[in-house]
Amino acid sequence: MSIDWSAFTPWPALSGGILIGLASVVLVLWNGRIAGISGILGGLLSRVEGDNAWRLAFILGLLAAPWLWAAKHHGSLPQSSFSPASPWEWGQLVVGGLLVGFGTRLANGCTSGHGVCGLARLSLRSLVAVLIFMSAGMATVFMTRHLAGV
Amino acid sequence: MKLLTAFISGTLFGLGLILAGMTDPLKVLAFLDVTGRWDPSLALVMVGAIGSAAMGFAYAGKRRHTLLGDKLQLPERRDINTPLIVGSTLFGIGWGLAGYCPGPGVVGLWAGSLPAAVFVIALFFGIEAHAWYDQERGQGDADKANADS
Repeated sequence: MSIDWSAFTPWPALSGGILIGLASVVLVLWNGRIAGISGILGGLLSRVEGDNAWRLAFILGLLAAPWLWAAKHHGSLPQSSFSPASPWEWGQLVVGGLLVGFGTRLANGCTSGHGVCGLARLSLRSLVAVLIFMSAGMATVFMTRHLAGV
Repeated sequence: MKLLTAFISGTLFGLGLILAGMTDPLKVLAFLDVTGRWDPSLALVMVGAIGSAAMGFAYAGKRRHTLLGDKLQLPERRDINTPLIVGSTLFGIGWGLAGYCPGPGVVGLWAGSLPAAVFVIALFFGIEAHAWYDQERGQGDADKANADS
């Protein structure tokens, strides 16, 4: 392992994390709900009658964020230099999306529901989920970047 | 009021993801790449998020109602079962392949990123596939009643 100090951004990471935590606190104290993105999307997509208005409002808030960011930063939206070049890389996105969708619904949570809210609530169930998905993610990157050489 | 607080929460959440750099799949993959040139930033995102959320949840845990007087709907599950383990494994593999988890995908979608759009469309199909699978097993209602998130 070698740490890439040039890419390390401790202060934005820490303050961004604190914002995410505050967002979860707002949702639990005012709405009584867990800020789990996969659960919120799953609730919206299931055509079962339910209390979906707050879910829609939350997602609209998520969608508003890049525009607020742009307004504050001279009109530039947050962009990534990420651009898949080969069909293989687009395939990774598609297969990745399918697995993330199915897996997070099966496990009842993703990085936000288990990772942030679950760990903040000291849930052992969430700790197990986080350790598994972090390890699986690291193992996958190891295989695609260092074994397959892509 | 409840819609406004949900909207504010979503906005804060999205701004946090952007500020933290989680909307950039390359930064996420650099965090997962522990044997390569490792970028530990995302560990600090987790520290900041869990630390600030823990204080709020500790307070929420002492209450039975929200600040608006509704019932607090906190997860009560404690079981570590096969769906949790298999689902988290599949999620981790997908996260490592795509570099996106659900939140950053949705934020990136609106920021006009084509890769994010492709990811989110696939994500929806994955969620639908699970809904179908759940229905086939006939346990949909039992699972939804005590979901974590």
